[in-house]
Amino acid sequence: MSLAKIQSIPYGKEVIKIKNISLAFGGVKALTDVSFEVKKGEVFAIIGPNGAGKSSMLNVINGFYKPTSGQINFAGEDRKEMIPEFAAKSGIARTFQNIALFKGMSTLDNLMTGRLLKQKQNFLMQALYFGPVQKEEAYHRDKVERVIDFLDLQAIRRTPVGSLPYGLQKRVELGRALAMEPEILLLDEPMAGMNVEEKQDMSRFVLTANDEFKTTIVLIEHDMSVVMDISDRIVVLDYGKKIGEGNPSEILKNKAVIDAYLGVAD
Amino acid sequence: MSVELLNFIETVINGLMSGIMYSLVALGFVLIFKASGVFNFAQGVFALFAALTLVGFQTGQVPFSHLINELFGTNFHNWYPSLHSFFAIILTIITMIVLAWLIEKLVLKHLVNQEPIILFMATIGLAFVLEGVGDLMWGSDVKVLDVGIPSGGSEWLEKTTIGWASEGSEYYGMYIDVLNVWATIIAVILVTALALFSQYTKTGRALRAVADDHQAALSVGISLRSIWVLVWAISGFIAMVAGIMWGTESGVQFSLSLIALKALPVLILGGFTSIPGAIIGGLLIGLGEKLAEIYIGGLLDIGAIENWFAYFMALVFLLFRPQGLFGDKIIERV
Amino acid sequence: MIYKETGQFKSTYESDHSIFPLIQDKIAFNLLMLVAFLIVPFFIDSYWEKAILIPFLIYSMAAIGLNILTGYCGQVSLGTGGFMAVGAFATYKIMTFFPDLNIMIIVLLSGVITAFVGILFGLPSLRIKGFYLAVATLASQFFIIWLFNKVPWFYNYSDTGQITVSERTMFGVAVTGANAPPYATYLFCLILVVVLGFAAKNMIRSKIGRSWMAIRDMDIAAEIIGVPPLKTKLSAFAISSFYIGIAGSLYFAVYLGALEVTESFDIMAISFPVLFMIIIGGLGSMLGSFLGAAFIVLLPIFLKNVMVDLIGLSAVTAKHFEITIWGLLMVVFLILEPHGLARLWSIAKEKLRKWPFPY
Repeated sequence: MSLAKIQSIPYGKEVIKIKNISLAFGGVKALTDVSFEVKKGEVFAIIGPNGAGKSSMLNVINGFYKPTSGQINFAGEDRKEMIPEFAAKSGIARTFQNIALFKGMSTLDNLMTGRLLKQKQNFLMQALYFGPVQKEEAYHRDKVERVIDFLDLQAIRRTPVGSLPYGLQKRVELGRALAMEPEILLLDEPMAGMNVEEKQDMSRFVLTANDEFKTTIVLIEHDMSVVMDISDRIVVLDYGKKIGEGNPSEILKNKAVIDAYLGVAD
Repeated sequence: MSVELLNFIETVINGLMSGIMYSLVALGFVLIFKASGVFNFAQGVFALFAALTLVGFQTGQVPFSHLINELFGTNFHNWYPSLHSFFAIILTIITMIVLAWLIEKLVLKHLVNQEPIILFMATIGLAFVLEGVGDLMWGSDVKVLDVGIPSGGSEWLEKTTIGWASEGSEYYGMYIDVLNVWATIIAVILVTALALFSQYTKTGRALRAVADDHQAALSVGISLRSIWVLVWAISGFIAMVAGIMWGTESGVQFSLSLIALKALPVLILGGFTSIPGAIIGGLLIGLGEKLAEIYIGGLLDIGAIENWFAYFMALVFLLFRPQGLFGDKIIERV
Repeated sequence: MIYKETGQFKSTYESDHSIFPLIQDKIAFNLLMLVAFLIVPFFIDSYWEKAILIPFLIYSMAAIGLNILTGYCGQVSLGTGGFMAVGAFATYKIMTFFPDLNIMIIVLLSGVITAFVGILFGLPSLRIKGFYLAVATLASQFFIIWLFNKVPWFYNYSDTGQITVSERTMFGVAVTGANAPPYATYLFCLILVVVLGFAAKNMIRSKIGRSWMAIRDMDIAAEIIGVPPLKTKLSAFAISSFYIGIAGSLYFAVYLGALEVTESFDIMAISFPVLFMIIIGGLGSMLGSFLGAAFIVLLPIFLKNVMVDLIGLSAVTAKHFEITIWGLLMVVFLILEPHGLARLWSIAKEKLRKWPFPY
């Protein structure tokens, strides 16, 4: 079980190594020969202009896209591709750029879906709903309530998420990912479309999750001030290629990165 | 030529021509689906309703006469003894346009932004309403429809093909229904006209724009609602043509609305969004059905497999190509 | 004032997650059960049995089944008639092979067999979605009906193609066949519906139900949080078919007694009406399944009374009106309240909570 393997890796050591990953859709190249490593317990940011291949990179990491070539070393094992279910079981959770919540369900139920993998009772027991099932439900409900407290979602516990405002939906989505008690959390633009206060809240949640639960965080974000503030290390993509990597101060000085963001002076 | 070969050719031709009929119904589905994202389950009932209305106009039947007579003890039946088919068809077309307008006004307008599945179920409801209203208006007895299209076998063809058979063999000539030949010709004209319309006119361009992206079409000032009325009216027209063909062949009755069910495998095969797909899918289904009936059904002695064989064909196909023959490639994004 | 939740505090997650969190609901439900089990059996006659109560219970069962698949798991099915036919013919075949088997076991076994058939026909759901799947389920409907029509083994080579139930007893009282007293058939169906209704509700409020709803609302996201799509969809097909199979079994063994497959399980006779029930009742609502079934049983009786007996229309014209009204209701419901009667009910309860002082 790779969940145990991830847990056995000491903090500060590589947990995901991306090795020469390329990804193409027909003739369109989304990623070309990208390599980087994510270390356990850090906040790792992927940045780059629109269309740089950032979301595709996350999709490769949790198995939604199959890379055309290259390898992913995950918890010490080389593999050609990931499979979403395997990724989830191995403790990778993620949020999406365009919110992917279960719109017909309440906040509470959405968060409870994050616990699905950890619920073990079979359907016959569930149909009878006695003893062990009830106990299991209550146990997971308790876990979920902690996430609800942490993210201040108490007031909207029973509200169908489809009717919540955008900022809250983003928070519920983070909640669902946190309810999975992930080892690695992939966040795709968690602060897009938010105002400054909401961004501050979100940054606080992300940093607390990283601090207290020691969750490794891989983050895509466009707001440079946020990225520079909260990330330990950064990789920069442009047109599907890696053009820079390092800690925030190194990135700020990187010539290629500045060119990509500001355009090259003619 | 050997008799087997001649029989085979006959089966192929008949299969392709019954396929054209399927294509015609499928075409109505595809047009509406492309333009408004609605899977219109009522398409078959459209054909029934159009055929009923046409016969009603032809024979001068008083609408709702059964109901009126039962309620008030009167004895209304006909306004006038008969009307020329041409005028009856014109009146029917007008009725179908009014129907399209009503559907947009009363149903679609209120269901914008609903999930596709809700819209689909609404069209099932619509099918029931149209069926009920059609029966109430014109009565549910089987009616004869004749707009002057010749039907039956062709003596000329039978004589010619007998000449092709090898010497001494027992062969009685090919049987091909002239009605089907006409249906083919009309279908070809219809499809060509539609293609020209959507390629070369301003409305046609608007139609394609709506099919591509509702929001974008709205933003450049195309009226979504008038396009919808237009598309539903065109589909109503196509349904009428299909209704005339099928009605001439087997009388106007409830089972006419079931041709929609026949057209569904065509949609799976051809894809919900492709006009060429509907046409080629229809031909393939018609052909496969007739061949299977004779060569598989006859062989195994299980008979009448045509009810589900088309579906089976379409499903097997779907397992290998989920988006259908010409459907847009499905790329899932998150 | 009477219907309020003030003062009812939950101190455990178990009680917060119970089926009737409000004490008033619980009392109302218990009263209903009391009437259904202890009072109705003494007063039931064969009109109430055959025209109202038995069809209501059987349709409720079928509606619960379809609601699991369509309302909770989001997979539209037009093949309900076919699956009910599987249940009916399974019952018939088991009855001929095992003359001594208890009828309760026969009915449950028929459900299990239908569940397996459901899994088989659910397999395409991995590759195909939405309308394509709806059409595929239509294929299973046609295929199953054709099969029971064309292969004489299924109807024991009878000349008419009909299948006929033989008499079976429980606790010495006949529940199938012509001699079954109304109270026995009623109680037999009622017990099954209540027990399996609770089982369905329990599944819906625990892990498996949440997996279904996750697939329904967004299958890609569900996959990424670790819900296996194929397994989840197939479980919905299986459990849904189990309920529908039992409905079919009861429809044949308890309700009709003898039937012919094309006539009784046609798409127009079963598939669409059951779909109506869950739309009008409420997609994704247990209560909705029952409300929809009640509606579909009562409306024709009501319409017939009004149109034939009161206004004096002929039966044929009345039938046309009925079809029209069904269609209209369906469209109107989808426009005004896509969540059906169940939502209207909860809105009414909401109003009742604040009554008589709405502010």
